[in-house]
Amino acid sequence: MDFLYSILIDPFVQMVELPDFFLQVLWEGFVAGVLYALIALGFVLIFKASGVFNFAQGIMVVFAGLTLVGLHEKGVPAYLALILTIGVMGVLALAVERFVMRPLVNQPDIILLMSTIGLTYFLVGFGEFVFGGEPKQMITEELGLPTGSTAFEIGDGGLLILQHIDIAAAVIAIIMVGCLAVFFNKTRIGRALRAVADDHQAALSVGISLNQIWAIVWFAAGIVALTTGIMWGARSDVSFALEIIAFKALPVLILGGFTSIPGAIVGGLIIGIGEKIGEIYWGPLVGGGIESWLAYMIALIFLLFRPQGLFGERIIERV
Amino acid sequence: MLYRESGQYKTSYTADQAIFPIREDRIGMGIIGVIALAIPFFVSDFFLNAIMTPFLILALAAIGLNILTGYAGQLSLGTGAFMGVGAYSCYKLTTIFPDANIVILVLLSGLFSAGIGVLFGLPSLRIKGLYLAVTTLAAQFFLEWCFIRIPWLYNYNASGAIEVPERRGFGDIILTGPSAAPMTQYFIVLAIVVVVTLAVKNIVRGRIGRQWMMIRDMDIAAELMGVRPLTAKLSAFAVSSYLCGVAGAMFIFFYLGAAEPSAFSITLSFQILFMVILGGLGSLVGSFFGAAFIWGLPIVLRAGFPALGIGIGAETVFHIATMIVGALIIFFLIVEPHGLARLWSLGKEKLRVWPFPYG
Repeated sequence: MDFLYSILIDPFVQMVELPDFFLQVLWEGFVAGVLYALIALGFVLIFKASGVFNFAQGIMVVFAGLTLVGLHEKGVPAYLALILTIGVMGVLALAVERFVMRPLVNQPDIILLMSTIGLTYFLVGFGEFVFGGEPKQMITEELGLPTGSTAFEIGDGGLLILQHIDIAAAVIAIIMVGCLAVFFNKTRIGRALRAVADDHQAALSVGISLNQIWAIVWFAAGIVALTTGIMWGARSDVSFALEIIAFKALPVLILGGFTSIPGAIVGGLIIGIGEKIGEIYWGPLVGGGIESWLAYMIALIFLLFRPQGLFGERIIERV
Repeated sequence: MLYRESGQYKTSYTADQAIFPIREDRIGMGIIGVIALAIPFFVSDFFLNAIMTPFLILALAAIGLNILTGYAGQLSLGTGAFMGVGAYSCYKLTTIFPDANIVILVLLSGLFSAGIGVLFGLPSLRIKGLYLAVTTLAAQFFLEWCFIRIPWLYNYNASGAIEVPERRGFGDIILTGPSAAPMTQYFIVLAIVVVVTLAVKNIVRGRIGRQWMMIRDMDIAAELMGVRPLTAKLSAFAVSSYLCGVAGAMFIFFYLGAAEPSAFSITLSFQILFMVILGGLGSLVGSFFGAAFIWGLPIVLRAGFPALGIGIGAETVFHIATMIVGALIIFFLIVEPHGLARLWSLGKEKLRVWPFPYG
């Protein structure tokens, strides 16, 4: 009975008794969710256009962040470093398209998946070789991003502390999703991208260059990765530990659907908030640290009921 | 000339269906067997302990994953965790039964791993492909968490790691623990790997294995022809996890000697997946090639740079090795997506007609 009470009732009592703490947890979860959503966005972009499940997205985030910080350490001014990093991501996109995607066209999914894991290894080695393996401080102030925090008073004496950088992250994520939506729906290249996503051969036959499109998507994913890298780096450090966090994008995608941009956002928020609340209120019951697998379990249960995700197309093959 | 099967007539169905129907193959296997038995007497303990033993163990793990991914077509990213289940259950078994022979315990511990594998294989009845990969990822992270958070598993050690105790067997020979001879451990691992591989080879060519391949190639057709997806998929998960569990137990007891939970992280899962893909999906000999390649390459690279007279730090060599491994994986996927096993069979085809270009 005690056990049932501690699972079913006690956490909710805590939530009501300390509303300011609950809101704080909610906000933390929201911010984490925004960042998951950003990583998932990078996955969705590439998956939509080429059907490749890009495991390297996580390491691209780290790599972009490291390049930015590394260039700044070498004495390059912050904004110039930012532009140069965008250039580096462009070169990376071209290289990936030329040396990985193009030779592997029309291979089975698992081979393409493996090639992106190979790419991950390559980028890990390359990043550590050039920039060293130790965590680096993100150049938040130099880039003109806000630091500091605002505290709101809630109820009688409760405090809700919002970091400015988190607010900035949320705003930037929203702007970015807006830009991507316009890009996909209103521009010529965006339409071409959707055509490729629907049917490679049909797209080819109306004169869309697959190679060009792939380079563009990988570049777009690189830009998303850079943004994620800056935001996440500003919250903690830029380090290779981020790579593990990138796996969280998988449950996010399961929830949101592999091909849906709004799905990535909503899925990211659900996972982010769900796992923070689970960790704080239910985690202590089993010894804590459940953040590492809760997201996957949520996704697993979700899969059993709605395999195509919240917004995905119903294409899942079932046996 | 050397490798030509013409003139070898089979007079019975049994002879035709033998594992090695060609005489040259049997001779080749004999030579490999002799080399495997003789190698400990010619190389240093370090070579044996750091290269040969882990190579054999990882090859077994790769075979385990190959059953699931290569033969039954179910993608799994949780191999590392299933190996961990084997290792931890073997550790608990030897704590509870200190007098039992460790080899038997290693083989038993695979059963626990098989049980967990079936449990996490249940979603495969409804989903497949990348979706299934996510559920195995759930297994990976959940089990890793268990290894850290359930102190009973590591006997409430302050360090949170498992230390392999000294165990004797087969007439008072030290089998495990720090003072065990690398040669003893190598022979035990060799014996287990050979026996298990032979068993697996027979499962794979038998009724169950053919069912797995039917499910892989076209599940709906397989079901129409009377294969039950439930038994076929779950048996693949069970056999695969059993092999991974045995490999994991051996990895700790005969190679590492002590393990932290991080030994069974997702990195290990990926490493084994690489072995399977590079070696060749659905090929047992490929698993050995893949294991040799993935395990050997970084060692060769690390030894190779100083040998070439390029004086760079150990750190840098490690980074460059990672880079080269990544690049080589992509390169291999491009030039030969069917893996080293395909190169091997192409080589055999060439040998058959040699010295003519075609026969």
